[in-house]
Amino acid sequence: MLSIKNIHANIEGKEILKGINLEIKAGEVHAIMGPNGSGKSTLASVLAGREEYEVTEGEVTFLEKDLLELSTEDRAREGLFLAFQYPVEIPGVSTTNFIKAAVNEKRKYRGEEPLDAVAFLKMMKQKMALVEIDQSLLSRSINEGFSGGEKKRNEVFQMAMLEPKLAILDETDSGLDIDALRIVANGINKLRNENRAILLITHYQRLLDYIQPDYVHVLYNGKIVKSGTKELALELEDKGYDFITDEADLAASL
Amino acid sequence: MTNVNYFKDQFEQLQDSGPATAIAELRTDGFDTFNKSGLPTYKLEEWKYTNISSLFDKDYQFANAGQSVQLSDIDAIRLAGHEQANELIFVNGRFIPALSTIRSAASQLVILTLEEALNGEYQELVKTHLGESSVYLKDGIHALNTSFIQEGLFALIPKGQQLTQPVYIYHIADARQQNTLSQPRSLIFVAENAKLQLTETYTTLGTAESFTNEVLEVVVKENAFVEYYKIQHDGLNASQVGSTHIHHIGRSYVHTVVVSLNGGVIRNNLNLILDAAGNETHLYGLYLLKGKSHVDNHTLVDNKQPNCFSNQLYKGIADDASTGVFSGRIIVQPDAQKTNAYQSNKNIILSDQATINTKPQLEIFADDVKCSHGCTVGQLDEEALFYLRARGIPKESAEVLLLEAYAADILVQIKPEPLRNHVAELIYQHLSIS
Repeated sequence: MLSIKNIHANIEGKEILKGINLEIKAGEVHAIMGPNGSGKSTLASVLAGREEYEVTEGEVTFLEKDLLELSTEDRAREGLFLAFQYPVEIPGVSTTNFIKAAVNEKRKYRGEEPLDAVAFLKMMKQKMALVEIDQSLLSRSINEGFSGGEKKRNEVFQMAMLEPKLAILDETDSGLDIDALRIVANGINKLRNENRAILLITHYQRLLDYIQPDYVHVLYNGKIVKSGTKELALELEDKGYDFITDEADLAASL
Repeated sequence: MTNVNYFKDQFEQLQDSGPATAIAELRTDGFDTFNKSGLPTYKLEEWKYTNISSLFDKDYQFANAGQSVQLSDIDAIRLAGHEQANELIFVNGRFIPALSTIRSAASQLVILTLEEALNGEYQELVKTHLGESSVYLKDGIHALNTSFIQEGLFALIPKGQQLTQPVYIYHIADARQQNTLSQPRSLIFVAENAKLQLTETYTTLGTAESFTNEVLEVVVKENAFVEYYKIQHDGLNASQVGSTHIHHIGRSYVHTVVVSLNGGVIRNNLNLILDAAGNETHLYGLYLLKGKSHVDNHTLVDNKQPNCFSNQLYKGIADDASTGVFSGRIIVQPDAQKTNAYQSNKNIILSDQATINTKPQLEIFADDVKCSHGCTVGQLDEEALFYLRARGIPKESAEVLLLEAYAADILVQIKPEPLRNHVAELIYQHLSIS
């Protein structure tokens, strides 16, 4: 589904990603872990199409299309979803209207009729129950005055509504207390299926207690330095990042 | 400028055509001032950013109200909610009762021409209040309006009348045959315990140039309540100087919203004279500028008595090569202790060629007051734009959504729902056309 080959990316002339390779197939859940500054969020940004980042080398194929050639909005309409680490507050734009616009843009892109009000509300109700989000949040402006947990729940709700083929969850666990984390993780688990791939980006192992990944990759200094199964995450939790980064630094110095 | 001789001839003809009334005297004073001052140029501080004198190179002419405007022309421009409204029609600056529709009973709403009012029981009101704004607006363009007061509007909401049907004023300029100068003049008196919801809108017919130089004076008495909405969405050939002068003479409440969308060069003067203790007044403005539009909002809040409250919020968006000007002046006179006066002007610039000039001015002569002012000029929130795009909303639609949201806190100040929805639709259309 997603094939990343030797991606290099800069921001303001500074190279952050230094040759990333990653293959993700439908139905798989991959976790990318790594210390602060390793390039995790940059990778998410590059995939979603943030314009500040310049890709200098490499290619990304998403469902047989050259992802890097697509605009941000077309990537979304092709089925890529980014759950933001810091969801933006947008006063004056109602969450419901925004999600309706997004759902219908996607339908239009696929040549489908827009959902009418009744069908949309029905879909909303169903997905609201799935991710345990309250109606009162959705009638407010986008993320305005939401708590950290409410913002993240809203991200997962949008994911449920947009039914992406690939969901990239950028530090979705950050800033959540244990109850909020459980609710958010439950929502994500319910959205897991054999047609959908999920890329979890996280600093900590604790999210992976709730969402069990098929593969774990460690990103360090702009490269994936180690890949494994979910046991790798446990090992990281146990030993810290040092045991991998020291190895990588040593290898780089040789 | 060839217009000056034309104005002189027209003025003399007008004065010779009728009796020497109080209005004729006002006209004489006006024309003296006009002769001395001429049209304002950028050398005047108050006109530094708005050049209207060059517009007068175009040889505007006064047009008779005539029969050229038909009901069908008016049907095409009616505002939402008009079925319930008193609709007053001006054509080329003249109030035309024959085209107007008064739905309220005569006991609730008195509508006359200024000349009729001067000759009847409201003589003293007209003599006392018509021309009050000249004390504040001393320039030549204001004087030019005064020089030609004729077929103006007098409206009165009698004591205790809570007018439920709004008053809509449509200013129609017929520029199908010639460059047209319209100079509407109105005096509206809102008596004790009365309530008025007033909306003005402007339409130019035809493609020649249109210049509207309007003066509206409103007098508000004890416990009266006034909402005033001004909707400017005319052709690019339509320029305007619109002066609204609201004089609180009793403790009362005024709420104003000025929305400027399309137009040529627009200058709005909005004066609130707080001449009784405990007045409360709210001023909201929204200007969404594109192309080469120029909108200049000058507000003045003159706190003359103690314990008055005023709050101003003007928001603007400037795209393309447009120019926005906000000049907000708050005066707190020595007697106006315990004044609360707030002002804020916020702007978004969308293009390198667009310009915003913003100038808050506080002049405080009392020592126990709370006043604040602030202005910002910024850009569209890139992070919000990316968020919307990352959900599949195309860039252009995302921008419209964000701009609509930005405008929303002014839009909600338009209290009547039909009018608010009408303006919301105009804003959406205006923002969506690139």
